[in-house]
Amino acid sequence: MHMPRIKAIGLLAILLICCGIPTARAEIKVGQQFPDLGTFKLEGNLPALSKTNVVLVDFWASWCGPCAQSFPTMQQLNKTYGPRGLIIVAVNEDDQKANMEHFLQYHSVSFCVVRDAMHTLVSQADVSDMPSSFLIDGNGKIAFAHNGFHGSETRQQYQSEIESLLKQAQK
Amino acid sequence: MKMRLILFSALALAVTGCQNVKPWQRETLSDYTMQGDRDPLGDAQTEHIFFSREEASGGGAIGGGGCGCN
Repeated sequence: MHMPRIKAIGLLAILLICCGIPTARAEIKVGQQFPDLGTFKLEGNLPALSKTNVVLVDFWASWCGPCAQSFPTMQQLNKTYGPRGLIIVAVNEDDQKANMEHFLQYHSVSFCVVRDAMHTLVSQADVSDMPSSFLIDGNGKIAFAHNGFHGSETRQQYQSEIESLLKQAQK
Repeated sequence: MKMRLILFSALALAVTGCQNVKPWQRETLSDYTMQGDRDPLGDAQTEHIFFSREEASGGGAIGGGGCGCN
């Protein structure tokens, strides 16, 4: 066999192997600073934040079933913990704004909903599931992260985590 | 020249063959029409033909499909 042919086969093999390797992920993790929401061109009004606030940032889309399941829980959390300093920011990732608006007609909520139309924030967060959420303490650091929504299990986790963060923030 | 052609073809295959779909890009994949099990009657008929022909039943399809949320 000619040498160039061996080289070509070798290169082809390397290319095929490289093709199968998933690209490195840069998912933001617990303990890291959450990106400043104000620096992204999010559609909608962001609430003013202070050091006494605990923020729940949730990435969702109208086509995602578990996201729809998480909405009543987030609404309940907002009702219970909102007066104590919890701020929920639901970041929509729909390609079309109309889909988000249609969803919100059927899932009326009182917490903040913004739209990440260019997917810049979610790309930076590089979440691994939809929905994904982050609980951020008063210093802007990610205290807890959730991938997916698993009904009462996730709800109970949210409650205990928010309780502990609010206690810390109000000290 | 032939080798270049082979290399170019391999490169073209490598760069176009694999795409990582991010979780927030699964809107089209989550559409109802993308579900493999959306037609129970059609699935039952296909399964009937399969086991009549192959003398084997089950394993013809898996449930679910779509966005892969959670």
